[in-house]
Amino acid sequence: MQTHLHRLFESWMPMFKYILKRILYMALVMWIVTSITFFLLHAIPGDPITAMVQDLPEETRQAYLVSYGFDQPVGKQYLMYLKQLFSGNLGQSLRYPGRKVADIVANYSPVSALVGGIALAVGVLLGLGCGVLAALKRDRWPDRAVMLLALLGTTIPTFVIASVLQYALTVTWPVFPTTGYNGARYLVLPVICMCVGPLATYARYMRSSMLDVVNQDYILTAEAKGLSERRIITHHMLRNALLPCVTMICVSVAGIFSGSFIVESIFSLPGLGRYFISAISDRDYFVVLGLNVVLTGIYVCSILVSDILLMLLDPRIRTVGEEAA
Amino acid sequence: MGELLNVKNLSVTFSAYNGEVKAVRGVSFTVYEGETLAMVGESGCGKSVTAKAILRLLERSSATVSSNSVVEFEGKNLLTLSGKELNQIRGNAIGMVFQDAMASLNPTMTIGNQIIETIRSHKKLGKREASKRACELLELVELPEPQALLRRYPHELSGGQRQRVMIAMALSCDPKLLIADEPTTALDVTIQAQILELLQRLQKRLAMSVLLITHDLGIVAGVADGVQVMYGGSLIEKGTAQDIFCSPKHPYTAALLTAIPRRSMERRSDLYALPGTPPDLRLALDCCPFAARCKYAMPICKKQMPEETGETPGHSCRCWLQHPMAPRVALNGGEAGG
Repeated sequence: MQTHLHRLFESWMPMFKYILKRILYMALVMWIVTSITFFLLHAIPGDPITAMVQDLPEETRQAYLVSYGFDQPVGKQYLMYLKQLFSGNLGQSLRYPGRKVADIVANYSPVSALVGGIALAVGVLLGLGCGVLAALKRDRWPDRAVMLLALLGTTIPTFVIASVLQYALTVTWPVFPTTGYNGARYLVLPVICMCVGPLATYARYMRSSMLDVVNQDYILTAEAKGLSERRIITHHMLRNALLPCVTMICVSVAGIFSGSFIVESIFSLPGLGRYFISAISDRDYFVVLGLNVVLTGIYVCSILVSDILLMLLDPRIRTVGEEAA
Repeated sequence: MGELLNVKNLSVTFSAYNGEVKAVRGVSFTVYEGETLAMVGESGCGKSVTAKAILRLLERSSATVSSNSVVEFEGKNLLTLSGKELNQIRGNAIGMVFQDAMASLNPTMTIGNQIIETIRSHKKLGKREASKRACELLELVELPEPQALLRRYPHELSGGQRQRVMIAMALSCDPKLLIADEPTTALDVTIQAQILELLQRLQKRLAMSVLLITHDLGIVAGVADGVQVMYGGSLIEKGTAQDIFCSPKHPYTAALLTAIPRRSMERRSDLYALPGTPPDLRLALDCCPFAARCKYAMPICKKQMPEETGETPGHSCRCWLQHPMAPRVALNGGEAGG
């Protein structure tokens, strides 16, 4: 028993080392992204006070700027912000004093994540299914139909789909509410709008991934072994074809927390996407930076998760990971 | 010796964007029980396509097998069987080994599972029994530590080990016929010899027939009972290994034998190379496919395909030189081109 545990530990040790190394890199990436955002944001003309009230007396404006430290040189402001971040404080809104960035994330991102999550789940599942179907019926009508839909899905902008849906299902046939957020019925149209993109993307991606696998020699071996068509598809094709999609799915999952500005604006959903964009036009420095830190964090984590998942799913990468550590 | 596999008039055509490639043109041959038949020819002559057509492995590609082709295995025409009946023969009565074992094994499945799924799709065995059988098979192909090997993935093995695994998998249901499609081409020379010796030992031990496809006449000499030479999609000469190596009848066979490097050759210029290139298989080729490169070519060779003629039983050839009215030329195997 002891030796077994020891062996298990030995085999997982390189993996731990590898993950630790990756976390250090992630911290580096987050620091770089935060710095770039900070300086870009300060390069935008104007300041939060002018963006809020235009005809403020100059003295009052100056007093506000001094109270927030905006009269200091940018370099000093940058160091102050980093210090604040390291103490675990994401800062608070300038526009709405007292609103903390952490609270904004807690209040607005669940709506974005709910709509985006359902849309992504529906889009990915249908997309992968359509892709597999298209690849198996290559050059026959199901393939043509899926590819046409995928083409339309990627080329028609979301706001066009949203407007058409709104017009058809709330004005012509009033089945769903137009805008707002008050229960499940309000989610149907935004979810449909948001799942079109992933559906089209994943259908195309899965189709080409499947076609890649179908032409591999090991599929020929599986046929020569006398396996049933069904087993060849489930055990030999799908797993290998899904591997390249894992990274894409993880990145998409990270994307749902930032929400969709367009869909949230059209359907008046209280999501993070809408809030994020309005914070930029308000020059609400701390909100933009704080949200950026959180969303970057989610992104780099999702990429780490996808790499770990790939290691677990693909034995070839597992060995490479051990060598790299 | 009874007939095990009887291929009659097999023709395979691929549709490509720039025309139809007639890769196999009316090939007929028989594999007898317990014999090793070697099919030899240069790259692109249609030997691999013939092998794949036997098990109908071309159905996913753009290939069409002509409707009057017959592949008779133990009296059943494989080309007209239903998918289910065909799957009962594939991997069961006929095993197949491919050229590149790395590409031919599923990279994300353990060796054990790949062998076990073959066994369990043909035999009613539990997981544990199938796993035991897989272990025995790995022992049969002389792989060390079979139990540990079952849990390994293809990329963790060497090239020779992978090909042994492929062979074990092909033998998992005691096939009557093993089709080995260039089993040693992707391996280095010392491993090649080991794999060939293994195949030969297994063939004797399991009393099965082997259809060995290769472009290397050198490996055929020690292994094969019968040899058939393919060129431009047609079989141009058939015979016993003795016939082909000692008294080749077709100028192409003779040229192939001349091209085998020998130890007595010291300089690069001593190596013989047959001038010209293989024919374009998109052409109709109603003549002898070798006519354009043959140094004995006569006017008729470019007009009409010669019939199959045999002097001694079992040794036949498609060449106008065999015609009673043709001039006598000396094709003394190795010395012909030198």
